[in-house]
Amino acid sequence: MIRYSVEEEYKGMIDAYQKAGGDKSVLESKDTAKLVVHQNKVLANDGIKGLKIDTEETDSGVRVNFTIEKGAKIDRPVHLCFGLLPKEGLQEILMKVDAQDNSEVSVVAHCIFPNAVKVIHKMDADINIGANAKFDYKETHYHGEDGGIEVIPKARVRVGKGGVWQSTFALSQGLVGKLDYDFEVFCQEKAVAELVVKAYGRGSDDIKILEKIHLDGRGARGMAKSRLVLSDKAKAEVRGETYGNAPYARGHVDCMELVNGTEAVAVAIPIVSVTCDTAKVTHEAAIGSIDRKQVETLMARGLDEDEAVDVIVRGILK
Amino acid sequence: MLVVENLQLKLNGNSIINGLDLHVDKGEIHGILGENGTGKTTIANLIMGLSNYRPTGGRILFEGEDISDLSVSQRAKKGITLAWQEPARVEGLTVRDYLSLSAKNGSAGQIGRYLLMVGMEPKQYMDRDIDATLSGGERKRIEMASVLAMHPKLAILDEPDSGIDIVALPLLLNGIMEMNRQGSSVLLITHSEQVTEIAHRVSVLCAGKIISTGAPLETSQWFKNNCRTCPHINEPSH
Repeated sequence: MIRYSVEEEYKGMIDAYQKAGGDKSVLESKDTAKLVVHQNKVLANDGIKGLKIDTEETDSGVRVNFTIEKGAKIDRPVHLCFGLLPKEGLQEILMKVDAQDNSEVSVVAHCIFPNAVKVIHKMDADINIGANAKFDYKETHYHGEDGGIEVIPKARVRVGKGGVWQSTFALSQGLVGKLDYDFEVFCQEKAVAELVVKAYGRGSDDIKILEKIHLDGRGARGMAKSRLVLSDKAKAEVRGETYGNAPYARGHVDCMELVNGTEAVAVAIPIVSVTCDTAKVTHEAAIGSIDRKQVETLMARGLDEDEAVDVIVRGILK
Repeated sequence: MLVVENLQLKLNGNSIINGLDLHVDKGEIHGILGENGTGKTTIANLIMGLSNYRPTGGRILFEGEDISDLSVSQRAKKGITLAWQEPARVEGLTVRDYLSLSAKNGSAGQIGRYLLMVGMEPKQYMDRDIDATLSGGERKRIEMASVLAMHPKLAILDEPDSGIDIVALPLLLNGIMEMNRQGSSVLLITHSEQVTEIAHRVSVLCAGKIISTGAPLETSQWFKNNCRTCPHINEPSH
């Protein structure tokens, strides 16, 4: 195994992030709260008033306790940067989040695996969003073109009364490899959950998405949305499940998968369930090819067909 | 600039375009007037070369070259473009991005100018997606702005006035005239005599064939007298 010094590893991570199109000045800024982890090594951990990030390195990754104190409003997004630069390895992130009552934070996670040939990246998160707290989580992956990576993000999220959980998971740069995404959210009274997954599967990518929302409190609202584009021999199965278990709960499952070519395979399984007569949960699932009229609209402005498809795919996954 | 000779299209055994001849000169706004179902949109699609619109006979010449076998992109690169009657909506593509694709080297200010030309406030629209959140009229005006931004040699405008309210219509017509002043020839397809008033010449279409061509006022009047009340739509022999 290649050995890196902490400085080299940090520079390597930042450079890889920039190469993937990220703005490295964000990670270098002293005013930004951030956590940078390479494999099982914590390279940077800069908290900010109202936010505490405790870490513990383990054999295969890192344990993170992420606490936003009661009433704290974190102005700037907090950046998390996880990754693995060697071709092989395992990174396991065990995350515990406590967003205390009335707190507010936006977290941007960058997961960088530019050279992966045989890499496993696992995240197991236990997340608690307090009453009237707001947590916005965006996770973007930057993969290489080998596709030798297995990504397994799992999260259990409890959203307290009037709290808001919004998450977006995006994997559209490089090959996905194997993705097994599993997020489950439990909403109390008037809580809101929005789950969004966007992925671009190519080659022999294998994608499994499970978005599950339990609307357990009166007036809770939830939306599980997914946007996938598949080319080559990629395959995907998306399950969007929403359960309306309380009065006036409102939920929606929205899944769209576009298949480009004849060998990719897309499956969508929306499940909606209501156990209360004033709750309402709806769903829409669409699987189809890229709309010819959209393609020709862009071609009529001078784009080649491939360029037009690329613009449409980027739009869907934006 | 554009010469269409004896163009024919049969779909499922039905003749849609029947030996259509059309000339559009350089710098000309040429109106095509026709009732519903006479083949107006089909002509636009054939000239632009859209999927499923391959002529079964005849030729389409652009600047002297037969373009009948060229793709949509190839035709666009030669300077032809089309504003759809019902423009496509694309999730995640902003008005700014869409206009930038057309105006290859255009700055933000220039792109905004094209929106102003069709009566749209750039600040209000630039960052909106061209998706279902736009009304039909808004989307059509953005389509026109996109054509303006492209500075095509030939703009095919398929019913640019449909779905446009009476306040926005003069702006749209001004946009077309401005496009023409900047050097674009325009094939203006419509069923409205009012819209063809800005044309240099107008042709009347019936059953996929041009049955009359002339000056706008006279031809519009002829269309009004002969086609509006005609019980034999798509039977030109009557």
